[in-house]
Amino acid sequence: MQTNDLLISLTEKSGVSGYEQTIQAQIAEIFRQFTNDVKVDTLGNVIAKISGIGDQCRPSIMVTAHADEIGFMVSKIEKGGFLRVLPIGGVDPRTVLAQEVIVHGREDLLGIFGAKPPHLLQAEDFNKAIPLDELFIDLGMDEQRIRELVHIGDIVTIRRKTIPLLNNHMAAKAMDDRSGIVLMIEMMKQLKRLHINADIYVVATVQEEIGVRGAITSSYSILPDIGIAIDVTHGDMPGVASDLVFELGKGPVIGYGPNIHSNIYDLLVKTAKDENIPYQIEISQGPTGTDARAIQVTQAGIATGLLSIPLRYMHTSVETLNTKDIKHGAKLLALFIERVDKQFVEELVCY
Amino acid sequence: MKNIIKKFVEAYAPPGNEHQLREMIIQEITEYVDELRVDVLGNIIAVKKGSGKGKRIMFASHMDEIGLMVTHIDKNGFLRFSPMGGIKVHNLVGERIHFANGTKGVINSEELKSWKDVDIYKLFIDIGVTSKDEAEKLVNVGDSCGILRDILDLGNRIVAKSLDDRIGCAILVEMIHKIHHIKMNNDIYFTFTVQEEVGLRGAKTAAYSISPDLGIAVDVTIAGDTPEPPKVDIHLGKGPAIKLKDVSMITNPTVKKLMIETAIKYQIPYQLEVLPYGGTDAGAIHLTKDGILSGCISIPCRYVHSPSEMIDLQDAMHAVQLGIKIAEEF
Amino acid sequence: MLLKRLTEANGVSGNESEIRKIIIDEITPYVDNIKIDVIGNIIASKNSHLSGAKLMIAAHMDEVGLMIVSIENNGLLKFRAVGGIDNRVLVSKHVVIGENKINGIIGAKAIHLQKRNERTIPLAMEQLYIDIGAKTKEEAEKNIKIGDYVAFVSEYLEMGDDYAKGKAFDDRVGCAVLIEILKHQFDMPIYAVFTVQEEIGLRGATVAAYTVNPDLALIIEGTTASDVIGTDSKYYVTQLGKGPAISIMDRGMIANPIFNKYITNIANNYNIPLQIREGATGGNDAGKIHLHKEGIITGVISIPVRYIHSTNSVINLKDYQNLIVLTKLFVEEVSKTKGLKI
Repeated sequence: MQTNDLLISLTEKSGVSGYEQTIQAQIAEIFRQFTNDVKVDTLGNVIAKISGIGDQCRPSIMVTAHADEIGFMVSKIEKGGFLRVLPIGGVDPRTVLAQEVIVHGREDLLGIFGAKPPHLLQAEDFNKAIPLDELFIDLGMDEQRIRELVHIGDIVTIRRKTIPLLNNHMAAKAMDDRSGIVLMIEMMKQLKRLHINADIYVVATVQEEIGVRGAITSSYSILPDIGIAIDVTHGDMPGVASDLVFELGKGPVIGYGPNIHSNIYDLLVKTAKDENIPYQIEISQGPTGTDARAIQVTQAGIATGLLSIPLRYMHTSVETLNTKDIKHGAKLLALFIERVDKQFVEELVCY
Repeated sequence: MKNIIKKFVEAYAPPGNEHQLREMIIQEITEYVDELRVDVLGNIIAVKKGSGKGKRIMFASHMDEIGLMVTHIDKNGFLRFSPMGGIKVHNLVGERIHFANGTKGVINSEELKSWKDVDIYKLFIDIGVTSKDEAEKLVNVGDSCGILRDILDLGNRIVAKSLDDRIGCAILVEMIHKIHHIKMNNDIYFTFTVQEEVGLRGAKTAAYSISPDLGIAVDVTIAGDTPEPPKVDIHLGKGPAIKLKDVSMITNPTVKKLMIETAIKYQIPYQLEVLPYGGTDAGAIHLTKDGILSGCISIPCRYVHSPSEMIDLQDAMHAVQLGIKIAEEF
Repeated sequence: MLLKRLTEANGVSGNESEIRKIIIDEITPYVDNIKIDVIGNIIASKNSHLSGAKLMIAAHMDEVGLMIVSIENNGLLKFRAVGGIDNRVLVSKHVVIGENKINGIIGAKAIHLQKRNERTIPLAMEQLYIDIGAKTKEEAEKNIKIGDYVAFVSEYLEMGDDYAKGKAFDDRVGCAVLIEILKHQFDMPIYAVFTVQEEIGLRGATVAAYTVNPDLALIIEGTTASDVIGTDSKYYVTQLGKGPAISIMDRGMIANPIFNKYITNIANNYNIPLQIREGATGGNDAGKIHLHKEGIITGVISIPVRYIHSTNSVINLKDYQNLIVLTKLFVEEVSKTKGLKI
């Protein structure tokens, strides 16, 4: 499958934190095109192992991207059948007014986050953002039918078809972090053509959006020499400090800072420079808001790296990226992995 | 069960200081379990062994209640304090407290222009002394106190402080008594944890050492059946709640299914719980090592973290039943 | 002088190379083995061949600082904090940037040029710049790069009656105490751990606990003292000159009461002044270490530090000496009884 098709297929599916089973099943199937060794762990992480070639003591590299997206859970069915929901992950309630959703009850049902018509609003209402607990979902059915089909605890996802834009840009929901999953799949295609010494663990993690939880348990069980998280970072937009955003189309973003092992940073940059792959650099002053924060402090410590895809309008239903960044990221990661040998791993503790 | 609840709720056990309740619980269960130990942090870990061919299930309730720690004794013998756990400041004013050695006192506030200004730094404890020296004969900086309140038995409804989570402890004790003569296939670990209110700390180390196949916390949850209630669809008397989500955990769908199907199979009334805030020991258990299937049986409770929490006894009895059946069905 | 060497060295969280080398040089003659783990912690062991309870003593090497995040066209540098820093202490300070220690200053608009009401509003970090004297972005880029760590410059000086001022007493004092302890012989396995990244989330300690897997852990820290005019006595937390402080509770841990009793007994028996930390805020490596695996008996002793996390903190040197003596006695007692009597 091509990058764009993969993106469309994966982002349009539902997989809210804690309820990723369907999307994970699809991802596991795709992973099986590259290796037979595909497992699902207790929390739901999908772990694919691609063994390297060479002697017994091969370096082991784990690459993670999270399969979960932000969404909602039904918390109450009000009079009239209107649904109240709780957010799962960092949802900005201002972005959901009049948004289409799918309520995953006994069946998948189309719903709308209702918004009061402007005619009925007082002047001061226009200046107030409505908190999520005052919003509701309208299913267009009577209450009795709803109570048969929908229960407390049912998951609600944003409904959005991908939107192609000019210049290789694409907008969709859940680009955070299905685009990372696509990057890993593209990386596996590239790895097929290379001679890789290291054992590679490709992990589609769960529950990143609610506390990098999948990364905690998957890192614990794999214990690789190196762990690289793939996530999204903020794309350029007006009104934000320049060090916090990155240009779409100018290449994947290599992470730097206390959460990142400097040897891994150095090798990623060197690889990008040697292979003429465009890249950008993101500096953080502490633990990053990605799987990398959990990976680094697993058991006796794991040397960690971070590669991000610039993404505008994160956590809205129109997250926008440039697909070239995904392709460049996949190539960079594959070529980085090719360069990792036993010596590189040994030198990780040379301070 | 009411007697055990009464004994437990009136006991003193702020986080890190659970010894009194620990002794009480050990006395209640020692004859009924195969093994019992206390770990480094003070968790009780008790086992009822199964057939040897089954799986390992861990039930967890926490012994600690929210409390206050003395941070300063002023020259007149008044005590300043810091919260231990999720204290609600407005619930403290006028409350009576007690320390481990039996010293008692009352909390009140500096004079305020408006009650909107009340915060923990304006409160103090008065233990009825007149000087720092007198105070230091009774308490030291670092000592912890808990709320002092008797239980109120309203028949089917019980009001007390620290039903969070003494009701959970009582439920576990009742489970231990009831399964004493039943042959179970699975090994059942009953953990009475410490320091849940300050960060699910006891559960973390207990889960690590037990490494169960299934972990079920038994704790309270917020009820939404009072005037202008919090927006949760939980009611006293409608059965124990099967937790689907709180801040610390999203319950694994496999566990959700097991719990709901068990309740339906044995006709135990239940509710579904989705909580916008709060966490339980299950939050710590499910992320232990490479992940553990976890869930939580929640007892609907009004006025959580106030000196007068209220639960329905039927919900607690049904929770005992549900817990035992889950242990059999897994 | 050890404290001078340690505090004047740089080691902002995530970039502890300089202080790490100095500490390794200091301890090499006194330990059997030194290992650096993948995150950069120093794990040194003495008597690991002996059987019995393993004692881990930890202090963190890192200090709070800054990181360059962008370079303006006019050659001025923008930065963000690494660790918790009150913005208001930054203005009008001397810093050094990167491996080459390029001099920089965090300037402030001259008072003459400010409007009256400006003077009452502290400057947000976004309004502050580091000036290295470069005229253009290109010139700045020849000397420093984005991502460079920035450390405060602060000379260690003794002052008054047995006081000292400097930067990073939190926790170079702990490191100094640990180095002094290692110079002695004890009859039990000791793991001296100099951790990294404490200030940004106790990251090094989380990982070191795994490698060492101790039975007992003692953390030596620097803690807040606000025993100054303008602070009500109930908020002092600790006081300079009243000795090392034991902690009952902080945001990360409720102290093991038996551990604290043990230390209190030693202090009483040997007439070492000891105070109790009056407060429950803050956190340190103990928060992560005590919850390692099935739980570790852990305690913390701290030195009171005024103006902590600023460029010029103050400690009392008698407190420092007493902390060394107390720690040494603790380790000796624990060696004799092969662990705390629990």
